[in-house]
Amino acid sequence: MWSYLVRRLLLLVPVLLGLTVLVFAIARLLPGDPVALAAGPNASPAEIAAYGREFGLDRPLWEQYGRYLWGLLQGDLGVSIYTRRPVIEDLRAYLPATLELVLAAMTLAVLVGVPMGLWAAVQRDRWPDYLSRVLALGAISMPRFFLGLLLQLGLAMALGWLPLGGRFPITEELPLRITGLLTVDALLAGNLNAFWVACQHLLMPALAMSLSPLATIMRMMRGSTLEVLQQDYVLTERALGLPQRLIITKYVARNAFSATLTVIGLYFGWLLGGTVLVETVFDWPGLGLYATKAVVTQDFMPIIGVTLVIGTLFVLVNLLVDLLYGLLNPKVRPA
Amino acid sequence: MSAEMSTPSARRPRSAGREAWRRGLYRFAQSRLSVLGLAIVSLLMLMALVGPWLAPYPEHLEGAVSTAARFQPPSAQHWFGTNEMGQDVFSLVMGGARVSVLAGLAVVLLGALAGTLVGGIAGFAGGWTDDLLMRLSDLKLTIPGLVLAMAVAAALGPGIFNMVVAISLSWWPGYARLVRGEVLARKEDLYVTAARAIGARPARLLLVHILPNVMTPVIVKMSLDMGFAILTVASLGFIGIGVKPPTPEWGSLLSVARSYMPDFWWTAIFPGLAIFLAVFGFNLLGDGLRDVFDPRSRR
Repeated sequence: MWSYLVRRLLLLVPVLLGLTVLVFAIARLLPGDPVALAAGPNASPAEIAAYGREFGLDRPLWEQYGRYLWGLLQGDLGVSIYTRRPVIEDLRAYLPATLELVLAAMTLAVLVGVPMGLWAAVQRDRWPDYLSRVLALGAISMPRFFLGLLLQLGLAMALGWLPLGGRFPITEELPLRITGLLTVDALLAGNLNAFWVACQHLLMPALAMSLSPLATIMRMMRGSTLEVLQQDYVLTERALGLPQRLIITKYVARNAFSATLTVIGLYFGWLLGGTVLVETVFDWPGLGLYATKAVVTQDFMPIIGVTLVIGTLFVLVNLLVDLLYGLLNPKVRPA
Repeated sequence: MSAEMSTPSARRPRSAGREAWRRGLYRFAQSRLSVLGLAIVSLLMLMALVGPWLAPYPEHLEGAVSTAARFQPPSAQHWFGTNEMGQDVFSLVMGGARVSVLAGLAVVLLGALAGTLVGGIAGFAGGWTDDLLMRLSDLKLTIPGLVLAMAVAAALGPGIFNMVVAISLSWWPGYARLVRGEVLARKEDLYVTAARAIGARPARLLLVHILPNVMTPVIVKMSLDMGFAILTVASLGFIGIGVKPPTPEWGSLLSVARSYMPDFWWTAIFPGLAIFLAVFGFNLLGDGLRDVFDPRSRR
């Protein structure tokens, strides 16, 4: 078990190395002159060149890459040529907001999607099943940014139940930063008011994010449940006279869930990269907004940083999924 | 399951291929949702082809404005109302179909082409070529596609072509994996061995004998991907990286309209609905096609 874990974690090294090479190459091979962009419209060519020298951009590409790797080993992800802030500090500030959003969306999706998928499978070919199919196709067809706008229009503008956007009002006192997840920090501080305010801000963006993973999880869960229902042991349980409810909740759900787990892992990474749109709509101060700003100014250190963080999290989450897989099903437990 | 429906033909026995087509068509038509999808997609295609000529105010598609008619609510004259420049939203939405459908098609075609080549070569060659190409596509899967597309599109500058290239860059790994698996399953088939025995070169074996036989799942994936491609195009437009104005594009229409909510809701709702319907139509169609071509995945 431990050797498996160590082996998987060691595999992370070549993946990350590959990621840096790839993103570095893409960022630097693209046309456009980010330095000129950052130096401002009135900068003379000499000033632009001096600005580039300051960031070591006049060096050969391989040397720049070497310096980047060396910095990476010491936890230094470079500096933004635009704000001159270290990328690692920006990431520390923005990552928790995005993580909180993705975790909330994923929790919603699993809590609703899994039972609905189970139900659709049990009610196969009856109206709940049919309805779930249409809903799922509709849900994955819904642009997240449009859903976000509709939610704003309805829940915030027309009804005034929820705040229009943002993560936390400046008028309220922030709970002490422990995890960076506002809801968790507020609970840890025992500040129920802050918790409530944070939840109000979190709800709409999380809803907008959760719809498409919810639909996918539901369809996956339905499919794997149908497969499990055909297994001999289910027949045996029925023959033994176990009540349907017990068969479904205790035996079928557990086995069907392990296939769904893989999708959850894959979706997690996809959501991390896909927060851009929802963060734009709700003005959520996370990685997505940060990446958008960096992209528009062609500021490549932040872009590489964001990509690395998301790539690492993606690999880690999928490792976690593989471990959970073994927990649910002893048959696939790594020796 | 569809019932046996072949009626014995007295004159001429039908070929197996035509029979399979007939059954597929029957199965497709059995599902009302698939037919609905086909209808939506056909309408969309029609709009993409002749939309600019059918639009009631074609001059607005070229960027003409009529400031006297700003922000008029939906009426008989302007079905979807007018926007902040007095342009007819209905005409803009119709015109936007062209960009979305064209760009979506181009992304899927490019992605499928590149992915099929990479996956085909990886599966056929095996060994270190396979390892290298597949690790590369694994890496691509860990890079957030939207962020990559944004970065490339921003660097290349606005324009449909640049946007298509940017999105396609993150689109091929899915196809590569799919085709590689299929090629691995096919390359030991008897007809491949036979072709090899009579001296066919590797390139010919792959391109003429193997790849045509693995195209069905690729086509199904393409139809399933179309909706998602259109969604990605609209997303880039929404962020502000996409086509150049005045070319109407649903995502950018929506993004501009955001600042005029809630008072002038119609400027946002109709482009948004258009994106949703287009994606929904392609998803319904793709789902139906998959049911026909890939019986394993059927309910």
